[in-house]
Amino acid sequence: MSDIIKQSLTELVENIKNKKLSSTEVTKAFIDRSEKSKELNAYITEDFTSALNKAKKFDQKPNLDLKLPGVPMAVKDLFCTKDVKTTAGSKILNNFVPTYESTVTDNIWKEGAILLGKLNCDEFAMGSSNETSFFGNVQNPIDKDLVPGGSSGGSASAVAGQLTPITIGTDTGGSIRQPASFTGTVGLKPTYGSCSRYGIVAFASSLDQAGPMAQNVKDCALLQEIISTYDSKDSTSIDFKRNQYSKELTNNIKGKKIGIPKEYRVDGMPKEIEDLWQKGIQYVKDCGAETIDISLPHTSYALPTYYIVAPAEASSNLARYDGVKYGFRAKGENLIDMYEKTRSEGFGSEVQRRIMIGTYVLSSGYYDAYYLKAQKVRKLIKNDFDEAYKKVDAILTPSTPSSAFKIGEKKDDPVSMYLNDIFTVPVNLAGLPGISIPAGHDAKGYPLGLQIIGKAFDEQNILNIAYAMEEKIDFKNKITDWWIK
Amino acid sequence: MSKNKSEYLINRKDNQYEVVIGLEVHAQVTSASKLFSTSATKFGAEPNTQVSLVDAAFPGMLPVINEFCVKQAIKTGIGLNAKINKRSVFDRKNYFYADLPQGYQISQFKDPIVGEGKVILDMPEGQKEVGIERLHLEQDAGKSIHDLDPQNTFVDLNRSGVALMEIVSKPDLRSPDEVSVYIKKLRSIMRYLGTCDGNMQEGSLRADVNVSVREKGSKDLGTRCEIKNVNSIKFMQMAIEYEANRQVDLIEEGKPIDQETRLFDTKKNETRSMRSKEDAHDYRYFPDPDLLPLEVSDEFVNDLKDNIPELPDDKKKRFIDEFKLSPYEATILISDIDTAKYFEEVVAKMGKNKDIKLAVNWITGELFAVLNNKNLEISQSPVSAKNLAILVNLIKNGTISGKIAKTIFELMLDGDKDPQKIVEEKALKQQSDPKAIDALIDKIINDNREKAIEYKQGKEKLFGFFVGQAMKASGGKANPQLINEILKKKLQ
Repeated sequence: MSDIIKQSLTELVENIKNKKLSSTEVTKAFIDRSEKSKELNAYITEDFTSALNKAKKFDQKPNLDLKLPGVPMAVKDLFCTKDVKTTAGSKILNNFVPTYESTVTDNIWKEGAILLGKLNCDEFAMGSSNETSFFGNVQNPIDKDLVPGGSSGGSASAVAGQLTPITIGTDTGGSIRQPASFTGTVGLKPTYGSCSRYGIVAFASSLDQAGPMAQNVKDCALLQEIISTYDSKDSTSIDFKRNQYSKELTNNIKGKKIGIPKEYRVDGMPKEIEDLWQKGIQYVKDCGAETIDISLPHTSYALPTYYIVAPAEASSNLARYDGVKYGFRAKGENLIDMYEKTRSEGFGSEVQRRIMIGTYVLSSGYYDAYYLKAQKVRKLIKNDFDEAYKKVDAILTPSTPSSAFKIGEKKDDPVSMYLNDIFTVPVNLAGLPGISIPAGHDAKGYPLGLQIIGKAFDEQNILNIAYAMEEKIDFKNKITDWWIK
Repeated sequence: MSKNKSEYLINRKDNQYEVVIGLEVHAQVTSASKLFSTSATKFGAEPNTQVSLVDAAFPGMLPVINEFCVKQAIKTGIGLNAKINKRSVFDRKNYFYADLPQGYQISQFKDPIVGEGKVILDMPEGQKEVGIERLHLEQDAGKSIHDLDPQNTFVDLNRSGVALMEIVSKPDLRSPDEVSVYIKKLRSIMRYLGTCDGNMQEGSLRADVNVSVREKGSKDLGTRCEIKNVNSIKFMQMAIEYEANRQVDLIEEGKPIDQETRLFDTKKNETRSMRSKEDAHDYRYFPDPDLLPLEVSDEFVNDLKDNIPELPDDKKKRFIDEFKLSPYEATILISDIDTAKYFEEVVAKMGKNKDIKLAVNWITGELFAVLNNKNLEISQSPVSAKNLAILVNLIKNGTISGKIAKTIFELMLDGDKDPQKIVEEKALKQQSDPKAIDALIDKIINDNREKAIEYKQGKEKLFGFFVGQAMKASGGKANPQLINEILKKKLQ
């Protein structure tokens, strides 16, 4: 069946359950596709032999009551996977094989899915173009030498390029939604505390959240209901009533109030983004929802706040990579020399930049001016959303201020790179759920995304809105398989 | 240096200096598992056998607070008469070291779990109150071992993540003796509560000692030096003595005292500079984003309060009231919970007709001497409270004399023998039959007629000779009181 890879997750699950497809057939199809797609550089570690064995084993005694029966899936290389190398895109973990499994991936395997391999990402999830990975650039299936976004660039590329039926990424400031937007896929960043952080290589603990990246909203909802569980191993995991998101999914959003925040109309935003946003507004109206102009007054402070909070936490979270216990170690004259060489050689320049920024803002004498103030602003940003949600059920914004850019285009201009996250970062700071759905193309034919931001724990609502809009938009990704010779 | 009464002052030509001391005591929380992981905490385990993925800071591992350790800290706070903070925050203290796997220690910086409190010290000249600034919970680091290999340092992470309580005193202590009493009192309170075993040899209790000096009568605090990680009371006292004199010498020479961290060299008996204030680490404290602020309810705290056992100060008061002990005796018996328990068990086993004073004398006299000799804790006493109670009762009811009791006590040491049985087996029962003693004395007087005449003529010293002869003849078993009475009668 040559069309296996073109099927959505929902279709694959149905076909395996109906015994129209075996896990082996499906797994083989995605392995073949992945083998042919090496030029995308989406994988850091392939686990194909093992995947095929697992698929065969599944078919011998298939448990078709599971939600992902024998479905192969590659995951971002930020999730620790037992006995499979986990690098976080960094040289410093290039030899690291965990003896444990992250809660999120564990939830996935428990529902019958099979690990295909580990997907490329920006080093320690720090980047918006997947160019900071020690394992090289990832190509966007949309066009040659186009970045897939980041940090979950390998995940976005793999879903868009149909190397995996679905995947998971992590989102600290936009790392799921921005690459989803750049590749014409759907990406959900859940409410902070929805998915366990246990076993995910930490970037910024108070912002990191795992989430699904899919070809469509329904697939996304299905994976979300699997990965979102309360976990006592993560003290920030929240025990709330979780929906059966895919079962409860509806396109009926009549009467929903959708906020349109004026502060997201930023200076220098390309007209095609503005036009896309207007189209989005029309779509939700067509679905019977009402749009309301709102204000999120502290939006412009979100990016600087984020670039204080996230590096501060990262500078501390990454202190454990010191060459003493595991991972890369450089030879040194003494302990301090070993630390310096290990960390200078083991971390790439973007990671080092953020460690420096983070160390600086936490330093005595600067803490109050930077970190403490940033925490206060963060509270104000959250208050903005709380205020807005008194009037509206969700908020609609563009996902990114531009479409995907060329590899190397912004590499030497970190600030311009950071500006990519301008629409996604406030959502992380406020701990809210946000979803990016493909909503159109720019003049070059590159995909553009719209973001729907929800109230905390209200994933069902934004999934429903996305589901309804998806139907109206009827987006078709323009992928030519240019990389397959 | 001289001591005026109990005041500890350092004297120089024209000046007298007072020493101001504050302690940061690190007390290991008694808990089967670590502060943020489920690893065991047993002392003396093989290196790196009590280490979880969390303790070794593997990627993606997260801390989860151990509720038991929180309860232990709150109980200790209650024992220190301190304010319990219903909301406290765990912070990260960032620094690099090989035995600190996370690259930071989880501690409490701005918002500790326990606030201000106080401890009462029983000093020879009376009671003294020492203020407690705060108590906070934190993780211990691992251990670097530098002397096993010429090239390499070995790291043992068994201690990594073990829960510690840091108890910070106000600068209220004024002498090495007060420091000693303070540490002992803290240890006593925590042992009563079962929150820290106080074992200094195993590192369960150690302290950073802050020392400054000032001219007597001055209200200003001098520049302080912090002596890091001192692990015995003796060393604390030696370090303070050295450090205070060093600082006084500097002042006398007109030199400044640098605020710095110093180490105490136990071999040379001196403190040495470790790092100056300028070189002090910038720990970049910030709230640990992996942990939510710790919030405890009134109910949670009250429940712990309701279950606090009798603490040393209350027990002392009760011993004085109930058992009519002197404050001195009571202080000795309550200082260690196991001693207090032993004493109370002896009292209970003695039954109705008991002589508590006698029991106290036996515990603080013979028993303490034996324990001291054999280097044993009272919990390891070779003589059980029950058998000591029987022995004291045998003396009290006249079955044996005090002297025989000492012989019996020696025999009891071997396998905690029942003194009653020893008395029977060795026929050591006191001879209290007046007729038998009467006959015995008649014989002695008969055998020593000349001496009896001398006595009657006024040589009264000879009375002792007759007592001795009678005791000897009875094999030491004759009731000395009866001998006295009968002898007096017969020699009239």
